[in-house]
Amino acid sequence: MEATLAMQTKNLDFYYGTFQALHDVSLNFMRSHVTALIGPSGCGKSTLLRCLNRMNDLIPETRADGEVYFNDQNIYTEDVDPVEVRRRVGMVFQKPNPFPKSVYENIAWGARINGFRGDMDELVETSLKKCALWDEVKDKLKQNALELSGGQQQRLCIARAIAVEPDVILMDEPTSALDPISTAKIEDLITELKQRYTIIIVTHNMQQAGRVSDQTAFFLNGWIIEAGDTKDIFFNPREERTEAYISGRFG
Amino acid sequence: MNSAPEEHITHRHEEIMANIQQRRIRGKVWQALFYLATTIAVLALVILILNIFNSVFGYVLIENDVEPETLVASGNLEDMENRELIALLEENLSTGLIRRFNSEGPLEERSTEDLARLVQQRIINPTIIESWSLWESIFEQDEIRTTRSENSGTVLQFRSWLTIDFLRSPQNPRPQLAGIRTAFLGSLWMILIVMVISFPIGVASAIYLEEYARADKWYNRIIEVNIYNLAGVPSIIFGLLGLAIFVRLLGGITQGRTIVSAGMTLSLLILPIIIINSREAIKAVPASLRESSYGVGATKWQTIWHHILPASFDRILTGTILAISRAVGETAPLVVVGASTFITVDPDSIFSKFTTLPIQIYQWSARPQEQFRNVAGAAIIVLLVLMLSMNAAAIITRNRIAKNRRV
Repeated sequence: MEATLAMQTKNLDFYYGTFQALHDVSLNFMRSHVTALIGPSGCGKSTLLRCLNRMNDLIPETRADGEVYFNDQNIYTEDVDPVEVRRRVGMVFQKPNPFPKSVYENIAWGARINGFRGDMDELVETSLKKCALWDEVKDKLKQNALELSGGQQQRLCIARAIAVEPDVILMDEPTSALDPISTAKIEDLITELKQRYTIIIVTHNMQQAGRVSDQTAFFLNGWIIEAGDTKDIFFNPREERTEAYISGRFG
Repeated sequence: MNSAPEEHITHRHEEIMANIQQRRIRGKVWQALFYLATTIAVLALVILILNIFNSVFGYVLIENDVEPETLVASGNLEDMENRELIALLEENLSTGLIRRFNSEGPLEERSTEDLARLVQQRIINPTIIESWSLWESIFEQDEIRTTRSENSGTVLQFRSWLTIDFLRSPQNPRPQLAGIRTAFLGSLWMILIVMVISFPIGVASAIYLEEYARADKWYNRIIEVNIYNLAGVPSIIFGLLGLAIFVRLLGGITQGRTIVSAGMTLSLLILPIIIINSREAIKAVPASLRESSYGVGATKWQTIWHHILPASFDRILTGTILAISRAVGETAPLVVVGASTFITVDPDSIFSKFTTLPIQIYQWSARPQEQFRNVAGAAIIVLLVLMLSMNAAAIITRNRIAKNRRV
């Protein structure tokens, strides 16, 4: 079975002012696969992730050169609305950041502002069920989301992201602020969700990358060093630097 | 052989202890200085408050044209019948005056209390010939008694200058009858106008500058620098600006020296403060909240309206109320814009002539009669209470909103 492309970057350069954070990044992201971006701090993997839904537009004095394709459409052309891109390419952040509203409203708000007209109660329920959170919060829907535990908050953020029916979900170190049990739940969830969504995840945790991802790309100083199937990267890397990083000799 | 390192260790230990001692002492010196600074500040406040209260309470020496006891046995006018009071008035006052009272409200229909007040003011006509401060009233009673015995036919009375009548009566050339009503209403009108004008404009500008304006454009930088400079411009300059623009240039609309001219001038004065405060409030909203909103496909306006404003509203409100309470206390620009020096008619629209509490206080304290110092003191208390309650309202509102928002 040949996997189709969900997203693709071509010769992408990215600048914070005069500092170049990404150099000539060309990478393919397969539909319904999990792609992990790994590398030491400051290597540009989060920057790349935030290029994929134009989140970097919010940072002043930044510039992206090159192309980012989403469904064969370059999202960095003039006529593309970044708001539409962000609806279809959802995002989960490093620190759980639910809205300071009720659990229900956290899910419903995104759908409502995007013009959702269906049964909101049902949408909230199915979104929470997809994230294995429904049983834990079904009696707390009216409660402020900030009263949930950190792991629950992060799963709520994932539920919030899928409630607007994206095609791709970007995850920026989603478990770095969580305990091991919550982390395991999120990892299970990622495996579950990849049936329906394309997932791109930045992680500092090598075991996590090995467990959840199908493809892996290794970054260093803004360059892609190596990209390919996760098992190749982990067990049979072509580059010495990749092997050194994965085995923990630097980074 | 073993002793050498041990010696070294002991030596090190002593050195470290000495060093710690030294650092402690340095800390103590600073602590003492902070303590001193706080004490000075508190002391200054206490003296200020004592000084105000000192002038608001104290003995007064009153001379009556007619002793109340000669009119009614108990000395209390309100024990008399209405018709007796009316008879007294008609007997003692000119027909012109009676006719004027009747046109304001027929005497027959007035309450006993009201009639008694007329008799008190017009017939008994108490005049304060001497007043003492609270301090003098307590510690210099011998002198007060001497003064009293020198003036026969006078009554010595302990008087609070801050009374219900003081709040209810308009301005009066005689200190014991002067009241704050007109000025208080003027200040309330002013607060209303300043709030209606400066809050929406200030918050809207803050949103624009913080969320929409591109910081790298030269004109936005100029705007920003100038707002900060405007916040530091002396208020009298705003008064001159208000005089030139609102009173003269736009006189056709504002009708000259009216509440609305003054209100717009004060709005200009506090606009930079509101903008700066609101910008700080918006800036304090964590980036993670913006990102989570944009992350689900919200537009900029949806992010601002649903997340940034609710998250910063408590601080915006506090900043605004503090700015408005500064406007309430302003005197200089209002003098320039043309607050009325003597007015007894309640302001009833934004085009009324006006006076405000600080203006009134300023005028009273500039009068030659010593008793107006007492009146000014009472007005200062009213002004302070007004400002403190506004600040308290700001704090309560902020806490209430914050409680709803955070966990």
